[in-house]
Amino acid sequence: MNLVATVLSGAPIQFPSISYSSILPEVVFVGAAVLSMLLVAVLGQRDQTYGYTGLGVAAALFGGIWSYHLSQNVNARGAYAVVGGSLAVDGFSTFFMILTSVGVLITLLLAEAYLYKVSHRGPEFVALTLLSATGAMLMESAYDLLVLFIGLEILSISLYVMVSYTTSRRVSKESAFKYFILGGFASALFLYGLALVYGSTGSTNLGNIAAFLSKNTLTSNGVLLAGMVLILGGLGFKVAVVPFQFWTPDVYQGAPTSVTGFMSGVVKAAGFAALLRVFYFAFNTLRADWQPVLEIVAILTLLVGAVLAVVQSDAKRTLAYSSINHAGFILLGLYVASAASIGDSLYYLFAYTVMSSGTFGAISMIAHLEGRTEGTLSLADLRGIGRKYPKIALTLAILLLAQAGAPFTIGFLAKFSVLSSVVEAHHYVIAVIAMVSVVIAAVLYLRVTLSMYTPLTKDAEIDRVSTDPEISLGAVAVRVDEDTDLKVDAKVPVAAGLAMGLSVAMTVGFGLYASPLVQFASKAFLLR
Amino acid sequence: MFPYLEVLVFLPAIAGVLLFFFPSEFPARYYRRLGLSLSLAELVVAVVMLLKFKTGVAGYQMTSSYRWIPSFGISWSLGVDGISLFLVILSVVLFPIAIFGSKETRDPKSFIAWMLVLEAACVGSFLVTDLFDFFLMFELTLIPTYFLMANWGFSLGGRAAVKFFVYTFLGSAFLLVGILALVFIHEASTGQLTFSISALAHTQMSSTAGRLLFLAFSVAFLIKAPVFPFHTWSPDAYSQSPISTAIVLGGVMAKLGTYGILRFDFQLFPQASRSLGWLILTLAVVGIGYGAITAAGESHLSRLVAYSSLSHMGFIVLGLFAFTTIGLSGAVLQMFNHGIYTAALFLLLGMIYSRRNTLDTSKLAGLQSKAPVMAGIFTVVMLASIGVPGLNGFIGEFMILLGAFVSHRWWAVVGVSGVILSAIYMLWAYQKVFHRKDPEQRGFKDLSVAEVATLVPLVILIVGVGLFPSLLLNRINPSVHKVLSEATPASSYQSSLGKVGR
Repeated sequence: MNLVATVLSGAPIQFPSISYSSILPEVVFVGAAVLSMLLVAVLGQRDQTYGYTGLGVAAALFGGIWSYHLSQNVNARGAYAVVGGSLAVDGFSTFFMILTSVGVLITLLLAEAYLYKVSHRGPEFVALTLLSATGAMLMESAYDLLVLFIGLEILSISLYVMVSYTTSRRVSKESAFKYFILGGFASALFLYGLALVYGSTGSTNLGNIAAFLSKNTLTSNGVLLAGMVLILGGLGFKVAVVPFQFWTPDVYQGAPTSVTGFMSGVVKAAGFAALLRVFYFAFNTLRADWQPVLEIVAILTLLVGAVLAVVQSDAKRTLAYSSINHAGFILLGLYVASAASIGDSLYYLFAYTVMSSGTFGAISMIAHLEGRTEGTLSLADLRGIGRKYPKIALTLAILLLAQAGAPFTIGFLAKFSVLSSVVEAHHYVIAVIAMVSVVIAAVLYLRVTLSMYTPLTKDAEIDRVSTDPEISLGAVAVRVDEDTDLKVDAKVPVAAGLAMGLSVAMTVGFGLYASPLVQFASKAFLLR
Repeated sequence: MFPYLEVLVFLPAIAGVLLFFFPSEFPARYYRRLGLSLSLAELVVAVVMLLKFKTGVAGYQMTSSYRWIPSFGISWSLGVDGISLFLVILSVVLFPIAIFGSKETRDPKSFIAWMLVLEAACVGSFLVTDLFDFFLMFELTLIPTYFLMANWGFSLGGRAAVKFFVYTFLGSAFLLVGILALVFIHEASTGQLTFSISALAHTQMSSTAGRLLFLAFSVAFLIKAPVFPFHTWSPDAYSQSPISTAIVLGGVMAKLGTYGILRFDFQLFPQASRSLGWLILTLAVVGIGYGAITAAGESHLSRLVAYSSLSHMGFIVLGLFAFTTIGLSGAVLQMFNHGIYTAALFLLLGMIYSRRNTLDTSKLAGLQSKAPVMAGIFTVVMLASIGVPGLNGFIGEFMILLGAFVSHRWWAVVGVSGVILSAIYMLWAYQKVFHRKDPEQRGFKDLSVAEVATLVPLVILIVGVGLFPSLLLNRINPSVHKVLSEATPASSYQSSLGKVGR
């Protein structure tokens, strides 16, 4: 309203001073996106995508490093808000920006290796990824609900295009359409919730909302609670928690696998960042109202994800449900709502982003090598790939076991840290339920891993049953012949190799040398 | 000082992991030789460690600690005492034998790699002195076992592996929540966040909390052992595993359960262990009888060993919850003994299977006349398992029953029946397999030199421990004393000592 009045009165508009160094990652991402589009206009070079990918990778690396630099600043000088108090620069936002940069890096490398083989070439995918990631970064640092909404829209609109990037296929079209319709619906939910919250608190600024709610008690808070639920729904859609998860399997299956990895990592992180900040910070005083809701949502998310993952037959659908199970764990951190548990959620998100982008990368590699189109790689097709592509299979095996929570990986520590917060808050039953969901999901990961190393042959039973030396020797002789037939010369593109290597190195490296990341996540405080 | 314990854990771990990245083109025997030499190197290190072990010291020896994740209070800590010493020795003795005795020909590289990882996890479980590390290692045993069982097992190996995995992992779920709850109770009362076992041993907590935590820990350990009624995974797992894995399952991993009870239940929840001891004791005694009776009716030899294991693990638990020095020492000794003769039994079963492709007693007959060497070794091992004096099984069972009789008379009285029943089912099976006339008169090769070489170390241990148990007991006793004195209110401890003395 102020703005309209100022414009009408003819007085000069007061723009807030902008500290560009604090929003440099966003600026660089947008700049690189625009630059790549300009370059193709000037050069007309579409077939060689290395340059565009290189530009995007450079932007991602710069974004990550600069965000780390910002986080060091925050550690030294404390958190602060910029751009007229609408963006926060705090440990929380910088943590997420690093996470986003890592996700973008892996996505672009994987896309370079595979996406352009099934879709048209050019700089658009790089530009869209960077723009979508910019939206994600805005959501992660938004200190104002409106800015949060703008971030959400920037992220979503780019993503709608990314999901439909391989338009020639029917599954892909269906999933793109589904995601678009439901995504628009979720945005509307969020916006409506925003309006209700603004109506009852008088501000869209998170700091003002928090201050207002801690000073005043509303005589009737129905409107506020309705607004809160709508915001939960809008963001819950993006992070795919029950009951807003129905789109996930279809969209994950139909989208290009590089995009699926991006959605399960970067997009989920952005959604959770917003959820954590809005609920844990702005609505902190109302936690008695939202905690029971989150409790039910978290339990359902854990169990639905784990149980439905086990009964799927398509590889990407399975991973979609397992991502829902992971979302349940992240939600548990918010449910407990202590400083430590928020840090644990962040750690989990980082772990999950790293593991899942690598997993989807490996899946897209296998799908490509097997000549499968998007969304048609079934779990049965994974049988025997351990012999065909030993390196990729080993990578996938490590990442799946890490997702299952195998010791000495980042996945175990993530589950462990979230559970420790849950137990510390005396929610023993929920901790046990969460562990049961881990057991169910673990069966799935183990089964998939096992099937990769099960021979393809029908008469595999012969040498299983027999340990008789003669018979076994015969079986070996036969198998050697089969080996030469089965062995495929699988060349892993350099970009994909880099992405997978990064993912596995972080999964195992931070599992063994755990302290730095644990401490980084636990120090990622919110601006108050 | 030479870091014996670190080498014991990391040598097989690193070797196993590196092996996965090896090219798989080489012939199977290279991988087996590599695995065998690595596990023999492990054995040598462990034996030197055994010689360096100071007799008469109760606490942990050769300790080392490294701050791993300080913000969670997690350290990487290793130590060995009289309770873990012989379980480590048991593991490093059985692994080379299992690898040497294995006949797996498919994908030998991964097989050896998983075996080495499993060895690291088993040895690590016994050596770590930090609850977090223990949980890691305890969990880590599941993954190699799952793959070994599913990939190299018999026709139903996949199903048995899933059953095994789900069952034990469910137990771990309670264990993890229990560990975390204990750590936070400790932190609330002392302000110190730590997973160190010795620090947590003196946690102040309400008796209800203690009992609940005791149950949460115990479920995991009772499943792992297994103790009735948590045993239903074990017959399938034992009979569907490849022989090498069955040796490890029955010989080493079962001991993780009883070791856990002794190390964690008793040290962390002494009061609850005493007040709820009757419950576990009852389960153990029921298991002794149930396992023995079911074994008598079982015609599949692997399943028979599984049920006899259930019965024998019941004995060990009986000895533990007797809460007397002699019972506890007997239980620790019996863990070692049971591992040795169970492994020998599985090896022999594997040898029978490789000749006849069946382990069904109704289809086996008359092996004694055709394979006298095998029959002889089988007899020794079987008699050890029955508990005949002069062989290792006797000492342990006798001490357990003595210890239990002093403190828990009626449980011991029922438990004794298991000794008699074990003679029945073992001799019965032996009679069917070795002494009956074979109607078809098929040929049966006696043991080869290599097979005898695999079995001889175990037979030496069976006879040796039977004749000189004090070599082991001297090292076990001080640590057991310490556990017991810390777990017992001063007055009743004196009286229990008095009873043993009489």
